[in-house]
Amino acid sequence: MNGEPEKRWNVRAIVLLPYLWLAVFFLTPFVIVLKISLSQTALAQPPYLPVLDLAAGWAGLIEFAKELSVDSYRLLSSDLLYLLSYLKSLQVAAISTIILLAIGYPFAYGIARAPRGLQPLLVMAVVLPFWTSFLIRVYAWINILQRDGLLNDVFLRLQIINAPATWLSSDTAIYIGMVYSYLPFMVLPLYATLEKMDESLLEAAADLGCPRWKTFWLVTLPLSVRGAVAGALLCFIPIVGEFVIPDLLGGSETLMIGQTLWTEFFSNRDWPVASAIAIMLLALLLVPILVYERLQRRSLEEGR
Amino acid sequence: MADSEAVEARGDIQPLVRFERVSKHFGAVTAVEALTLEIAQGEFFALLGPSGCGKTTLLRMLAGFEVPTEGRIFLDGEDIVSVPPHRRPVNMMFQNYALFPHLTVEGNIAFGLRQEKATRDEIAERVTEMLALVRLQGFGRRRIDQLSGGQRQRVALARSLIKHPRVLLLDEPLAALDKKLRAETQFELMELQRKLGTTFVIVTHDQQEAMIVADRIAVMDHGRLMQVAPPAEIYEGPGSRWVAGFIGEVNMVEGKIGPGENIDSALGTLLVSAGVGEAGDKVWLALRPEKISMSVDRPKGNLNAVAGTVFEIGYRGDMSIYRVRLADRSVMKVALANMSAGGTARYALHDLVWLSWPPEAGVVLTG
Repeated sequence: MNGEPEKRWNVRAIVLLPYLWLAVFFLTPFVIVLKISLSQTALAQPPYLPVLDLAAGWAGLIEFAKELSVDSYRLLSSDLLYLLSYLKSLQVAAISTIILLAIGYPFAYGIARAPRGLQPLLVMAVVLPFWTSFLIRVYAWINILQRDGLLNDVFLRLQIINAPATWLSSDTAIYIGMVYSYLPFMVLPLYATLEKMDESLLEAAADLGCPRWKTFWLVTLPLSVRGAVAGALLCFIPIVGEFVIPDLLGGSETLMIGQTLWTEFFSNRDWPVASAIAIMLLALLLVPILVYERLQRRSLEEGR
Repeated sequence: MADSEAVEARGDIQPLVRFERVSKHFGAVTAVEALTLEIAQGEFFALLGPSGCGKTTLLRMLAGFEVPTEGRIFLDGEDIVSVPPHRRPVNMMFQNYALFPHLTVEGNIAFGLRQEKATRDEIAERVTEMLALVRLQGFGRRRIDQLSGGQRQRVALARSLIKHPRVLLLDEPLAALDKKLRAETQFELMELQRKLGTTFVIVTHDQQEAMIVADRIAVMDHGRLMQVAPPAEIYEGPGSRWVAGFIGEVNMVEGKIGPGENIDSALGTLLVSAGVGEAGDKVWLALRPEKISMSVDRPKGNLNAVAGTVFEIGYRGDMSIYRVRLADRSVMKVALANMSAGGTARYALHDLVWLSWPPEAGVVLTG
């Protein structure tokens, strides 16, 4: 074991790296946001008080702590607007996730059952949209969904509708945008679980008298639950906080929490309330994030 | 030929399973070639051969996972080629066991019955019965990943037996077990088969395993049957040089049939049993290492005897394998049981020895 300490030091440094990353890029901004959320708005630069003056030393810190308040949080609980935004976000995320599951599962199943040589190509096709900017793709949807857009054009020509319908600025448009944008996040984890599944399990089920359609319900589906949960969380969590899609495709009556936060921050210049919204959002999402984390760890352990 | 004879010898009117000129091609690859084979009711039948010989494909065709390119498969006299696997009265134990990881031991064993219209009580009763059969009482509620390899193997066995299949198919059932457990399980399988009277068809690449468990063995190579016979017959009377070499160790001496009951070979004139063929035919004498005696002095009597030098000794505990170089530089393997308590070799390296065997010890092969 001689000469090991140096090696161990190296190993420790490597292990430390992700923690350092988290500390710099997650914990520090989080603490700053938390600090701002406990401040009060002010017509100043920056637009809140108190400002932490590290030069004042210990006394300054105590002074600073005394002036902190939870007023912003009080506002969040007193004004129904925020609660409704949160609920709307959860609703949009839940419905989008369900639609994503319904579309993504057959998608992933199809890829996993395709000939081996074809699978990488199909996975590639799922990931391909990432090669274009997310924003541009959402803008493209405006083009498709607007009154004289592609969708109405096609529907009118096929005589599915008689007069141009309104797609843009509606919840439907939001769901279309969400499902379109997040589909790869649903398909990939599902595909990973389905692809790993032992073919002989399906043969065993058939051998024991189980017809194909029933094998799907009794074997395939239960064994892909983990992939489905991973995909659902991978979609649900970012959709709750989504800003671009509802802002560009949604109507004025739909307010998701991301938009409310944006309004507080940029229009009202109320940084403390905006920060409080962000902190509450994080608290809200902590539950599904922890579930996901747990799931990941378990599958890692079983993979050993 | 050999297979139908054997079945007739058992006095069966109709075989339980009959492959009739069955071929299976995977693209350009031929896995099974115009194969005809019959398996009798109640037999423990082994399909034996090197990997890629088509034995697993044959088993999978019987299970219904592969459809023959040509030929017909009969079960109880009924052509089952077009019957999907879930409707066939055969069950299979998979090589990797293919246990459902999301179900308990009970859930796995009951799976087959649940697909039928069995009542809850009936299922519970049969599961308990099966757990007892494979000695896994008390393990019913365990999850599959909480079991050892041997326990999993027994769950797989119970699962494939619960529906009382007409034929139980076992695809390398013991390959994943360690050597000691494998040996024990072989005897358990035989006992189980005798108790249930179910026809077992086992696929294995392990010739010793096939010989221990099976009533009859079909030796396969390149999609064809090389020989179908009871284990002792295959070992003592292999039909070809290939079979002789595949099953166990063998010394092969090339020669021509001489005028009397003997063979002219590089080792001189060797005495053999009567009626081996026409004089002048090219033949091979297959001689098992354990059928050869070794002595310091030239043995007397009606024996074949050749002289040589011991140049290698492989000690195996129960026996030692001596490699002896003969006058014509060829090598003959001799297996001697280590019967003395000391366990030391009776012959040492470089010893000059005589190898001898009676005329009936060897098998004369023409191909």
